[in-house]
Amino acid sequence: MTDPGASVADVVIVGAGVVGTAIARTLARYRLDCVLADAACDVGTGTSKANTAILHTGFDAKPGTLESRLLSRGSALLREYAAATGIPVEYTGALLVAWTPEQEASLPALAENARRNGYQAMRRIGAGELYAREPALGPGALGALEIPDEAIICPWTTPLAFATEAVGAGVRLLLGTCVTGVSAASDEVHELATTRGVVRGRWVVNAAGLGSDVIDRMFGGDGFTIRPRRGELIVFDKLARTLLRSILLPVPTARSKGVLVAPTVYGNVLLGPTAEDVSDRSDTATTAAGLDSLMAAGRRILPGLGDEEVTATYAGLRAATEHADYQIRVDGARRYACVAGIRSTGLSASLGIAEHVAGLLGEAGLPLRPRSGAVALPRMPYIGEAGQRPYQDASLIASDGAYGQIVCHCERVSRGEVRDALASPVPPADLGGLRRRTRAMNGRCQGFFCAATVSRLFAEAGRRP
Amino acid sequence: MNVDVLVVGGGPAGLSAATELRRLGVGSVLVADREAEAGGIPRHSWHIGYGLRDLHRVMTGPAYARALADAAVAAGAEVRLGTTVTCCAPGASGGFAATMTSARGIETVGAGIVLLATGCRERPRTARLIPGDRPAGVMTTGELQQRVYLGDERLPGRALVVGAEHVSFSAMVTLAHAGARVVALVTEYERQQSYAAFRAGAALRWRVPVWTSTAVRRVDGRERLAGVEVADLGTGASRFVPCDTLVFTADWIPDHELARHTGLDLDPGTRGPTVDTLLRTSAAGVFAAGNLVHAAETADIAALSGRHAARQIAAALGGAGPATVSVPVRAEPPLRWISPNAVAIAVGGRAVPPPLGRFVLRSQEFRRLVRLEVRQDGRVLGRSGPVRLIPGRPVYLSAGWLARVDPAGGPVRVAP
Repeated sequence: MTDPGASVADVVIVGAGVVGTAIARTLARYRLDCVLADAACDVGTGTSKANTAILHTGFDAKPGTLESRLLSRGSALLREYAAATGIPVEYTGALLVAWTPEQEASLPALAENARRNGYQAMRRIGAGELYAREPALGPGALGALEIPDEAIICPWTTPLAFATEAVGAGVRLLLGTCVTGVSAASDEVHELATTRGVVRGRWVVNAAGLGSDVIDRMFGGDGFTIRPRRGELIVFDKLARTLLRSILLPVPTARSKGVLVAPTVYGNVLLGPTAEDVSDRSDTATTAAGLDSLMAAGRRILPGLGDEEVTATYAGLRAATEHADYQIRVDGARRYACVAGIRSTGLSASLGIAEHVAGLLGEAGLPLRPRSGAVALPRMPYIGEAGQRPYQDASLIASDGAYGQIVCHCERVSRGEVRDALASPVPPADLGGLRRRTRAMNGRCQGFFCAATVSRLFAEAGRRP
Repeated sequence: MNVDVLVVGGGPAGLSAATELRRLGVGSVLVADREAEAGGIPRHSWHIGYGLRDLHRVMTGPAYARALADAAVAAGAEVRLGTTVTCCAPGASGGFAATMTSARGIETVGAGIVLLATGCRERPRTARLIPGDRPAGVMTTGELQQRVYLGDERLPGRALVVGAEHVSFSAMVTLAHAGARVVALVTEYERQQSYAAFRAGAALRWRVPVWTSTAVRRVDGRERLAGVEVADLGTGASRFVPCDTLVFTADWIPDHELARHTGLDLDPGTRGPTVDTLLRTSAAGVFAAGNLVHAAETADIAALSGRHAARQIAAALGGAGPATVSVPVRAEPPLRWISPNAVAIAVGGRAVPPPLGRFVLRSQEFRRLVRLEVRQDGRVLGRSGPVRLIPGRPVYLSAGWLARVDPAGGPVRVAP
């Protein structure tokens, strides 16, 4: 095995989730030699791939916290970045629906909380307007607080875009590289023992998500412990998409956080999440109790869901800690940054977190000299449903017939898109990676029609599933 | 481009319809199929038994698929492969405008009449809400057959089949062919639902038992499948069964996306578009046939359904289509559904019989030798001979009572 870190990097970022990749593409704008390492075989495989896929405004954050500030900043940055790179986003807005007088009574406080977070555009709407906007809503809703700027986003394309930009700017991406220990090679260089050899770097950024406390302890920290909170979700068939226009958020109460129903950028409907503290940091299994409770809640919120087919079920783990706020610290003396406890807001806040961390690193002594020349943003393959897909693009198909050859029928993914993903700068390592890049096999048939063909295309590209 | 009839789906129903339409003198018939090869499910179903009722021969699925495709082309239908119909809307000057995508580009085809024959699929594990991990190695019979017969894949190790219908035994044979050792077929029902001979064959030749009254409760395994937790529905006891492949069979659902996007009414039982005995849907000029309206019958039954639709379409194009009223036909518990979903009765004339002169039904319960009673507004129209109800197995109800349906009356109800 070759030693991937024979040279000494300026910065080694541990963790290639949405936060780690965001930090990598942010640091790549400076004259730094960066390594981005992840234990998994792909970017964005942990919490980043299995969440509610909402681009939050941060209206409901706790005012005055770092999370509130970085969420608000990150959300604004990501909206611009998504537009520039082709990350699917839909500005659906959200409705916090009150079903009980208690919930209705808490809407003014939620609006005041939003105001204190710097968010002004929310609006109270009555039951009449609510049902006019969401006619499929179940009976009994009393009113809602409208948050017009809440949006839905593709959680898979986002870290992939960050990683693609980083790799394009020279960041070395080391996948399948699990950090097992740290030692000091000298006063200036950290030596990271990994499953793929030694990686050396002057600075280390810990963005290891569910493993961030383990890495933090290697650097002498003991300020927090990851307490994974599992969220199960159900994805309904695209034929259910007409049942709603906006994200339907629950009003949090003392007793329960409730579940949301939201459209997805792939044209499905998402129901969830549950919230359950688990001890196993890799236990993303769904449970009978979890799925049953979601189905019951879904039928109350949007009764029409009961008649639709379920396309997928999944669970993700939020990297919560015993603390309410993010755990972000930079130790200049140790040349170490900890970026942890991002919980469930990492996708929306990622670019804000990256900007903040880069600033802290600069203050702590990391030399931040901007690269000359313009920044090259990647243009990501569009896998959303609202815009034009390749199979709908006559001029694209005229230039290359492979975009007219649909191989995944439920999601209408063309052979050209599969081919492009396999040849992309950050290619998939397995069929799951191909699914996240193209949507192939993600549809209602779950592979009945297409899995054999898509698997063959993958195998032909030289990467065995 | 304009055609008299556009057939969406080139499986047994669509291809047979196209052949029949041409034989009856319909000028231009276009079959659009999204796969690279025509024939539908039989393309990858290697067992023998295809063609019995429609071609009066017995052959393997792939041979049958080729025979149907060759017949359609020989009859003068155009069969376009690798072509997905993405939208079907009323045309500017009558008829329909169908948008289709293929490697040739995006094209809009005008059609006087559209026949939907988009078939069906098995419910995957996710739609059955089976919890647990999401490892590789979990699939439906459709995926299994394509991997093994079209992709020459080997599946070493142990396999478990969920379901005990005909298709489940077919999956067992496919798994054995691919090198898997099939541990068992599991079904939540108290009995298997296929022929006794299949079960005996499974037990004797492959030594595969059928575990009845058994449910799969959980899938286990992070990257690769490790096994499943199964529960005995009688005792409630659960146990872990190690396996490397898990195949979900049957539990068919029509592939009805285009039907829904076209705005057709769906039957709550079949989940396909509602059709009357002429196989007309709720939209004038749109017909539906095959396993889209009865998921899933054998391929030859689907083919004959396509042929039936072709005759009605040819008559409609020739102006001979009768002015009709439709009287709904409903299946009542323990029956799950009946197809067709309505009787078409010519005004002042006779009722049109369904394909093969019979309705097809499904039951959700086992019943031994019951008679099905057909009633309208409390009046008994007819009774079947003794039939056995087995979930997943077809029950046929001959349509001898059609003449007694009152065109002005309420829905016809069928129940044991």
